[in-house]
Amino acid sequence: MTTASQPAGTTEQDSPLLEVRDLKKHFPVTKGLLLSKTTGYLKAVDGISFQIERGKTLGIVGESGCGKSTTAKLLLMLEQPTEGRILFEGEDIHHTDADHRRAYRSNVQAVFQDPWSSLNPRMRVRDLIGEPMVINWDVPKREIEERVEKLLHDVGLSSYHANLYPHEFSGGQRQRLAIARGLSLNPKMIVLDEPVSALDVSIRAQIMNLLKDLQREYEVSYMLIAHHLATVRYMCDWVAVMYLGQIVEYAEVKELYNNPLHPYTKALMSAALPSHPDIEQDEIILTGEVPSPLNPPEGCRFHTRCPFAMDRCAVEVPETKEVVPGHTTSCHLY
Amino acid sequence: MAAVESGNELVLEVEDLRTYFSTRWGTVKAVDGVSFDLRRGETLGIVGESGCGKSVTMLSLMRLIPTPPGEIVSGKIVLQGQDILQLTENEMSRVRGSQIALIIQDPMTSLNPVFTIGNQVNEAIQIHQDIPKRSVLQHTLDVLRKVNIPAAESRVKDYPHQLSGGMRQRVVGAIGISCEPAVLIADEPTTSLDVTIQAQYLKLLKDLQQQQNLALIFITHDFGVVAKMCDRVAVMYAGRIVEMGNVREIFNSPSHPYTEALLASVPKLEEDVDRLYAIEGQPPALHDLPAGCPFADRCPYVMDRCREEYPNIFQVSETHKAACWRLS
Repeated sequence: MTTASQPAGTTEQDSPLLEVRDLKKHFPVTKGLLLSKTTGYLKAVDGISFQIERGKTLGIVGESGCGKSTTAKLLLMLEQPTEGRILFEGEDIHHTDADHRRAYRSNVQAVFQDPWSSLNPRMRVRDLIGEPMVINWDVPKREIEERVEKLLHDVGLSSYHANLYPHEFSGGQRQRLAIARGLSLNPKMIVLDEPVSALDVSIRAQIMNLLKDLQREYEVSYMLIAHHLATVRYMCDWVAVMYLGQIVEYAEVKELYNNPLHPYTKALMSAALPSHPDIEQDEIILTGEVPSPLNPPEGCRFHTRCPFAMDRCAVEVPETKEVVPGHTTSCHLY
Repeated sequence: MAAVESGNELVLEVEDLRTYFSTRWGTVKAVDGVSFDLRRGETLGIVGESGCGKSVTMLSLMRLIPTPPGEIVSGKIVLQGQDILQLTENEMSRVRGSQIALIIQDPMTSLNPVFTIGNQVNEAIQIHQDIPKRSVLQHTLDVLRKVNIPAAESRVKDYPHQLSGGMRQRVVGAIGISCEPAVLIADEPTTSLDVTIQAQYLKLLKDLQQQQNLALIFITHDFGVVAKMCDRVAVMYAGRIVEMGNVREIFNSPSHPYTEALLASVPKLEEDVDRLYAIEGQPPALHDLPAGCPFADRCPYVMDRCREEYPNIFQVSETHKAACWRLS
């Protein structure tokens, strides 16, 4: 199995906030009476490794079915990994006591794509934002209310909003509420799953800038899941490109955008829409669609769509190589 | 009907189109005085945020406004020399699909799940074209091949759920072009598609446009699609076109503050941006528009006059105009 090597060149001596090593999630595919027979495995995430540094943002890019949402669920402990480890501040979250796990869960929060469905319509804003604190913290009610007001203020709303219900807000404001809720426990990391793609264009910039400001203020790390490459470039420090459950390329954001190595990354870049009509793009239009993760191609998983495929790509799984310091890719071309 | 085959023949002229909806909050002026024209082989992008009236404009062009509550209260839509607002419903249903066709945003819901895709493509052909029954299948296959459906012979018997999102969107495209319309409207045709599938689809639309000399209208919120596909752009805000021009004029010298702000608020793929410009506030409610320019509250250059009178349309160049008092 391919394993993305540790990104070398990390200057900080202390351990990264979060480290994922060779993480796998295989869903059994069942059939028969009471789904008793397992006929195969859907390898949604198949051996990925990455790190998230304190106060930094890792972007995960890929098309639907590449495993990016499963990765998010694994990090949020909503799914148990089949194999591999998730180390948070050096501690394996699946081999630790209940207290540590509880602490991990408050330290890693999420903001989802669709603020219309991620906020309970029957709860007032004060309860929505206060709920995580009521559950996790043993502090007086007054303190929680004060903190709700501070959070509302920090995300650009005001204290009178605390008495309203979610339906009284616009999409951008709702996403602000979701962010306030995500920040309420002072987490060290927030998983952002397509946080702006459901919003209007003029609102997206507001939310992206807000997220960047809050990152500085709260010293929180982000894992950003997105398919829009320009958004990732604006928001992220490191980027991992995923294809069919594996990371095919991993680099610092500037390096990746200036010097994409893997043919899939190149194709994604050329398929992304230009920001000006005069910008000439390479024409790498991939044929076909992403193969089913139920039955991924042998060898390099991308070889069926790769414009540079060679004979060995169909048989041999490419190793992950560090081509440029800090920039790894899995491709036989390098 | 004039049937000139020249390259730059005008196929569509929209003049002062107004579509209003009566709601319990009052009259919503969803489209309020929109004018533009379109030539054969040309691509026009209509850009704006949700609620700016771009989709209602498109539904008005197809005469698909639900009445009541909606109504096209005034204006002209001249399609190939004929004002379609004067047609009866029966006459209009012959025009719809054969002269002007529509590709809807969501391929998951715009196909009927209980009919095969072959059925759905040949329905349009049978209604609009007088061809013998036995050659309908052949025609259907031709259309499916045109939109690059692999193994079209076996795919015609598939139901929509058996196809991927990208394929379904191709089928919707196939229905759109099956009767060789003069004008094809694509309403956010790629928003639900993955990046690489989107690139395939946009290329397909461009190829089809060249083959059939189609006039395309792209309704989108994404300036990237505009940059890639369009010749001319109309930017809509609160029911009106606030700026219109050739694509390079719009990108190089946006003249309306809204266009300028929108362009500055989009992150760029090709370069690092330190901080995006964020437009403050939100679009106004359409049932309660301010007296002057509806963008005044969010505009960094706002003047007293903007709050009193709706700006006139000023000509920036021969092909470029904008509705802003700063240009006076």
